[in-house]
Amino acid sequence: MSVIIGFLFMAAVYLILSRSLIRVVIGTGLLSHGAHLLILTMGGFSGSAPPVLEDSVTDFVDPLPQALILTAIVISFGVTAVFLVMAYRAYQELETDNMTLLKGNDEHD
Amino acid sequence: MINLLLFPVLIPFLTAMILMFFPKRVSAQRTVTVIGMIASVISSAILLYTVMRDGVQAVTLGSWPAPFGITMVSDPLSAGLVLTSNLITLAIVFYSFRSIGAGREKHFYYPAMMFMLTGVNGAFTTGDIFNLFVFFEVLLMASYVLIVLGGEKRQLRESIKYILVNIVSSAFFVTTVAMLYSVTGTLNMADIAAKVSEIGQSGILTVIAVMLILVFGLKGAIFPLYFWLPSSYAAPPVPVLALFGALLTKVGVYAIMRTVTLLFPHDPGFTHEMLMILSILTVVAGCIGALAYFDLKQIVIYNIIIAVGVILFGVSQMNMAGLEGAVFYLIHDMFIKAGLFMLIGVIIAITGTSNLREMGGLLKTYPALAWTWLVAAFGLAGIPPLSGFFGKLLITQGAFEAGNLWGGIIILASSLIVLLSVIRIFIHAFWGEPKPVKGTSKQIYRGLFVPAALITALTVFYGVGTEWLRPVMFDAAEILHQPSIYIDAVLKE
Amino acid sequence: MRSSDVIIQTTTKVVFYIIFLFAIHIFFAGHYTPGGGFVGGLLTASAIVLLLLAFDIRTVKKALPINYTVLIATGLVLALGTASASILFNVPFFTHAYDYFTLPLFGETSLHSAMLFDLGVYLVVVGATMNIILSIGSDD
Repeated sequence: MSVIIGFLFMAAVYLILSRSLIRVVIGTGLLSHGAHLLILTMGGFSGSAPPVLEDSVTDFVDPLPQALILTAIVISFGVTAVFLVMAYRAYQELETDNMTLLKGNDEHD
Repeated sequence: MINLLLFPVLIPFLTAMILMFFPKRVSAQRTVTVIGMIASVISSAILLYTVMRDGVQAVTLGSWPAPFGITMVSDPLSAGLVLTSNLITLAIVFYSFRSIGAGREKHFYYPAMMFMLTGVNGAFTTGDIFNLFVFFEVLLMASYVLIVLGGEKRQLRESIKYILVNIVSSAFFVTTVAMLYSVTGTLNMADIAAKVSEIGQSGILTVIAVMLILVFGLKGAIFPLYFWLPSSYAAPPVPVLALFGALLTKVGVYAIMRTVTLLFPHDPGFTHEMLMILSILTVVAGCIGALAYFDLKQIVIYNIIIAVGVILFGVSQMNMAGLEGAVFYLIHDMFIKAGLFMLIGVIIAITGTSNLREMGGLLKTYPALAWTWLVAAFGLAGIPPLSGFFGKLLITQGAFEAGNLWGGIIILASSLIVLLSVIRIFIHAFWGEPKPVKGTSKQIYRGLFVPAALITALTVFYGVGTEWLRPVMFDAAEILHQPSIYIDAVLKE
Repeated sequence: MRSSDVIIQTTTKVVFYIIFLFAIHIFFAGHYTPGGGFVGGLLTASAIVLLLLAFDIRTVKKALPINYTVLIATGLVLALGTASASILFNVPFFTHAYDYFTLPLFGETSLHSAMLFDLGVYLVVVGATMNIILSIGSDD
């Protein structure tokens, strides 16, 4: 699992540092996936049992990381969607998706 | 009223929802926003009063017992900050009527503002570190909408960077929370603090503390991480800029204050030393920026960075005087930055430019504006008896008590540079030969100037009335200094 | 986007209802088993997206004249209203109430105040997703 997380982070960094805007968006998506998986591995108990605690159940996983991941997934879903919309609008308006052409501020225009 | 401390969070949220039903009716939007804001200000004032009378208020959502449910906590610091941000937002709402333009008003400007206030108040109030992340996301989401609203080319270009920086820092935040959870097994901040002091601050916890400072520092713009701030903040129109400058970075600063004092006070030799060095570097970098630009917006934006450095320097001293000064300066800075941004908004509306070289001689035509600016500028630099003085005095006192002589001297020297940078605006914009200006109608001028002057007047009262505010600040600093008060209030239920 | 594919249009007419029913099933299953408002909302949104793929935007707008922004606002009001009801009873925010009722057709069922909250979540998710998809897709 930690190898997968490391790979996701690596791929995310590569994509975020690339020039194309759409790759950056995908990179942020991967980055949040890596973070979510990290929460999962950081839970107190591991195993494949469901996170249900009743009197007769002795084998269970920590339910809290799953709740946290659900929240984090919802948030990253929203953020990625907003970012995507904004990247699309920027592409339309500025007529480029090349990040190197987006740098600088007005004083250098 | 057990839920009292939730009202400042819920009322803006409710207002935003009501506003979403009729986005196109501008006058109705304005009315509802003002009503909601006034209700929110009143509730937060009552909250501050209750907190001062009865001590720290805590409620755990869903009636779960304390370390398991999500806890919301109001101590004097957070209640004071909530009241401050509500007052500022109310002033900016009035300011927006004449400056933001109907196009933006019809596209969810007011709901976005209310959602952002929800997030800000929630982040100040929450006592759960994951919930803090959620409120951060709420306010960031609203700020994405605000920064891009209007869709000018420049706004789009800057907002892409702004969003990217914030997404990356949020991912780091989630990572850090996950690591913290795996070490302590809890997310309730009071419970984490209790556990950390039980097991001692091991190496991994110091790493987590540094990561948290990194995450919040990215939002609060401390030294190596402030690079995104100047150009992003300059892009949106002035009311949004005032809102961002007054509230957003301060949330990051508050989060740093909370975490280093409550969760990780056990290894000051490393974390606080680092924080101190970073904050001094922040002050220096901000000073350089504030002197280098000839653009009104940029000068005041770099002053935000200086203020962040000063506040965090006070926090890093970890003694009563330093912390009390930091609290004083934090609230002072929120007011004064809102006031300054609103005033430069007036200047920009009159002259039609934000370049200092193209303006001059406004003193003859707009004397009231000039003197208000001068008062705000002196307040920012900390000339007694105005508002910045007492906070800086305490911070410097704290530095000398802790033996950081040079740090204190640098903070004092920075106020001179702050004074120079804002007085430069005064000299260029108000003195000298009058230059042809675009001009503006009396009505717009009054609509912009009155809220700005009111906020400036508030800062004057804040400075002159220091004596009455002292108990609030003292209690706030005491809780920061002795986290056990906070922990007991949350966990005793 | 103009598409005149008979197969996809005919299939969509059937599949849309199946997805929609499944979404409602998932939504109600969310009490004690996996499911709930978020997943149900996403499924419903995907059903509507399928309609958008098969027909064009104008047709779908005529068939489903919903203002998605108002849908979000309604959902938020429902969710917050449910949570705020606890303020009236002076118990901590979000405390939920439930009781067992005997309904016709279903037999004994437990009804939670949390279900209203979930309905709010459902509406918010459908509204938000559709808003985003339409804002990207509509100006082609």
